[in-house]
Amino acid sequence: MSARTIQGQKNLQNINQASKDGIGGSPLRPDGNLKVKGEFAYSSDMWHEDMLWGTALRSPHPRATILSVDISEALKVPGVYAVLTHQDIPGSKYYGLEIQDQPALAIDKVRYHGEAIALVAADHPETARRAVKKIKVEYEVLTPIVTEEQCLDPGTYGYVHEPHEYKSHAYGNICHEQRLVSGLGVTDEVRALADVIVSGDYEVGMQDQAFLGPESGLAVPAEDGGIDLYVATQWLHVDREQMAPVLDLPEEKVRLTLAGVGGAFGGREDISMQIHACLLAQHTGKPVKIVYARDESFYGHVHRHPARMHYEHGATRDGKLVFADCRIVLDGGAYASASPAVVGNAASLGHGPYVIPNVKMHAIALYSNNPSCGAMRGFGAVQAAFGYESQMDKLAAELGLDPVELRQLNTMSEGDYMPTGQQIDSPAPVADLLRRAKEMPLPPPLDTAHLDVRQLPGALSNTSHGEGIVRGVGYSVGIKNVGFSEGFDDYSTARVRLEVIGGEPVAMVHTAMAEVGQGGVTVHAQIARTELGVEQVTIHPANTEVGSAGSTSASRQTYMTGGAVKLAAEAVKRALIEKGRRRYGWTHDDITLAGGKVVSARSGALVSMVDLLGDEAIDLTREHHHRPTVPFDKETGQGFGHVQYTFCANRAVVDVDVELGLVKVVELTAVQDVGKALNPLSVVGQIQGGCTQALGLAVMEEIIVRDGKVRNASFTDYLIPTILDTPPIPVEILELPDPHAPYGLRGVGEAPTVSATPSIVAAIRNATGLALNRIPVRPEHLTTELPG
Amino acid sequence: MEFLRPATWDEALAAKAEYPTALPIAGGTDVMVEMNFDVHRPSAILDLNRITELTQWSNDGGVVRLGASVPYARIIDELSGPLPGLALAAHTVGSPQIRNRGGVGGNLGAASPAGDSHPALLAAGRDVFVEAASVRGTRLIPIDDFYVGVKRNSLAADELIRAVHIPVADGPQQFSKIGTRNAMVIAVCAFGFALHPKDGTVGTGIGSAAPTPRRAVEAEEYLRGVLAERGLWESGDLLGTEVIQRFGELVKAAASPIDDVRGTADYRRHALAVMARRTLTWTWNDYSKQIRSAA
Repeated sequence: MSARTIQGQKNLQNINQASKDGIGGSPLRPDGNLKVKGEFAYSSDMWHEDMLWGTALRSPHPRATILSVDISEALKVPGVYAVLTHQDIPGSKYYGLEIQDQPALAIDKVRYHGEAIALVAADHPETARRAVKKIKVEYEVLTPIVTEEQCLDPGTYGYVHEPHEYKSHAYGNICHEQRLVSGLGVTDEVRALADVIVSGDYEVGMQDQAFLGPESGLAVPAEDGGIDLYVATQWLHVDREQMAPVLDLPEEKVRLTLAGVGGAFGGREDISMQIHACLLAQHTGKPVKIVYARDESFYGHVHRHPARMHYEHGATRDGKLVFADCRIVLDGGAYASASPAVVGNAASLGHGPYVIPNVKMHAIALYSNNPSCGAMRGFGAVQAAFGYESQMDKLAAELGLDPVELRQLNTMSEGDYMPTGQQIDSPAPVADLLRRAKEMPLPPPLDTAHLDVRQLPGALSNTSHGEGIVRGVGYSVGIKNVGFSEGFDDYSTARVRLEVIGGEPVAMVHTAMAEVGQGGVTVHAQIARTELGVEQVTIHPANTEVGSAGSTSASRQTYMTGGAVKLAAEAVKRALIEKGRRRYGWTHDDITLAGGKVVSARSGALVSMVDLLGDEAIDLTREHHHRPTVPFDKETGQGFGHVQYTFCANRAVVDVDVELGLVKVVELTAVQDVGKALNPLSVVGQIQGGCTQALGLAVMEEIIVRDGKVRNASFTDYLIPTILDTPPIPVEILELPDPHAPYGLRGVGEAPTVSATPSIVAAIRNATGLALNRIPVRPEHLTTELPG
Repeated sequence: MEFLRPATWDEALAAKAEYPTALPIAGGTDVMVEMNFDVHRPSAILDLNRITELTQWSNDGGVVRLGASVPYARIIDELSGPLPGLALAAHTVGSPQIRNRGGVGGNLGAASPAGDSHPALLAAGRDVFVEAASVRGTRLIPIDDFYVGVKRNSLAADELIRAVHIPVADGPQQFSKIGTRNAMVIAVCAFGFALHPKDGTVGTGIGSAAPTPRRAVEAEEYLRGVLAERGLWESGDLLGTEVIQRFGELVKAAASPIDDVRGTADYRRHALAVMARRTLTWTWNDYSKQIRSAA
């Protein structure tokens, strides 16, 4: 097995020299400069002659019966072209990612604060907003079902969805559940085998993806009765699959093209304005644009599931884990969205990257009248990691062991088994990642002689000149799956075309991959260059003219669609060489493509691609399927459920103003195995971005919901880290190839988001001695909680 | 919606007299956000950006007359000497872009308890005045009479804020603000503090911990008394932990905060006490150094 370590920028330069713009190089992303200069066209920038503006009336109540909707006054507003309710929907009234339980417009009841009830199209956005205010809705307001206790007692508090409406295996107000048992499970006999037992209750607040580009798109009715939608999304084909039945159109008449995406992080996996814009366009026969306002964006997309978790770990005196038991309750909110997959991840990954002989797990997602929760970077695994990593620190303290050493005594390696019974059949250097994180040099201590307030908690808010500052250090490691799991065949399609343009061989790569900032377009060009030996590569706009690329999520796009581009490019390469063999009668067995030529390792250049291709183009499409997985057994959780695993370890160094409860993360180190860094610069960027989003969850990011109502639907009060909150993030990358993956690569984007949050909380605990069982940690938690 | 764009101050006053419900706008850093969120739908907008005198300041040696639209970035660059407390507060306002646009006039006009300028203006003393003008004439409103309720000030419907008169600092001043991130944050609570050795008083200002920005009157009186009785203004001797502690408790007692999405009432009270102790310590240490180096 070959291994290589990349440390910081220095090695990145070496890689650049070795292979300039092919795989392993770091060519810059094509949209980078445009975005920095403000010239990139986002979906909200689109314009069409004669277009209308759409907007929605949204419920102010988390739970209510709709007694009547009167649209007559809204229709009278000059400039209004349409006012629609669910009665105007031509096809199916429901949609959903996994379970079709969400009405495109509310039918007789609303289940969450912000649910869309009616739509308006007008010739000006302000006119549309005014008309929305003239729609009269009579509600019978009901007490919302919002706590775990209320959800689990439908006899007393009622149902979010009536049981006869269930379109899945839901029962009570439980949308989905997964149990898991391995070894002997966790019984009193098993507990008796442990010398030490620690337990804890942990809580994770509702994080938001907080992408900066609000939901937006433009629906244009076509002459064939179909519709063209230009939209910022994460998966064009699954949008279409959900849209077509509602619009009562065959899928081929619903054509989607990706518009400029301003961030996603899972929040664009669900439908937002897609169906609404198309309904208005169908109804008016005019192009309709919808752009959410910021507050509407917070209501209009799903969030990260808040979680309540109970963990119990038992170990021997010398630190070997004996058992682990866990119950995870995820609040899925009003509609299912990705809840089943989130539960599957929480259950299967919820005991972390550790070898534990006896395991029990029970994970559920609730239906409630809180905002719907679904996909967000690292879902299921993020919540659980805060629980199990907090437990590792607690156990280490109980045993008097170093927290890193305790972890290393129990970390999994290649050949070990997950609690699901799945064998880890590629590198899993978990202990090594921790070792490397620990061995990285620590930042210098605070220089109290030359204080700069910008470096202190509070920064220019000028709350400390050194008073109350205590430094803390914490470690963590996490596990995440790559790709869709549990039997899902989330294949990707790629089309590669090779032809001569302007006297040069040029490759075009056409996929339906949503570029949401991950850098897939850069990587696709790199793959085409490497496989085809050409310099010029064009990326075709992503649309539904080509087959599905699956979702830009689950750390899967480079693996899956990158893999499809590789397959298609290899097919084009073979076809080109075959063409040469037919024409020239080559018998070499060492032919490849390089530098725009067909070359033989022994005989040198055989012919230029330009001469061989002539006027002909080679245009081939391939699908890439990952190895099959199976659903987890409902009761035992056993099964070969995941495609690939990915691991990241972190060390956080924080300064805490222990009197004021303010935190400054001084440094956040990440060490991650990526199998193969196709674009090392992008990989480092992904890891730093993932760490920053994890930092947000650790110390500030939370949608605050009271009695089902969202209280902070703005960037004034939903805080995400600024540059002054974001520390240096030194990244060390390992490249241990996974033999099952294209180029041996391992998905990158989510692992640091899973692992970094607990390291920061551990560092704050280290500084304060507080228990801190809830994230995000707020200043008042640090000033009022008793040491624990 | 009417959009009024006067070229001169007199035209602006005439416009405000004709359209008393017109919402004045200068930097737009608050007005535009509220309009985008549909909080306000004013009948008219009165754009003051053509009136250049509002972006000017003057200093006669005793008082700074600060134009209502002088942006925070210029307060930091140009007025850190005479108005150190306000300059520190200006540092904590929003982002560089916001500090390039927003000014104290907007803070006063909005009169939000969370406005960053207010604690510094209150701490600067009782001789801070808001210069309000209308077609009827000009008046100076003492800062202590200016804030009258949640997001309400004592301006008449036809009045505009032209400038603020702030005494030049005669002693050390400090400003501290709590936010749940390290920049670009609305205050959870804030505290301004100033020593006024010339008249033997101290100034305080509490932000985001009561319906209006307010002064911690008892804390000011307590400290004034201690400093005078013990001759500390002359000696510059240490205050001692008991005095500092007591001052913090009195500041805390002066607040009447609420629980909201930004923080709890208990935390706000706690943090005010800590900020009061720290800012008092910093200013007194500075003052003490001045006395000793002069001696």
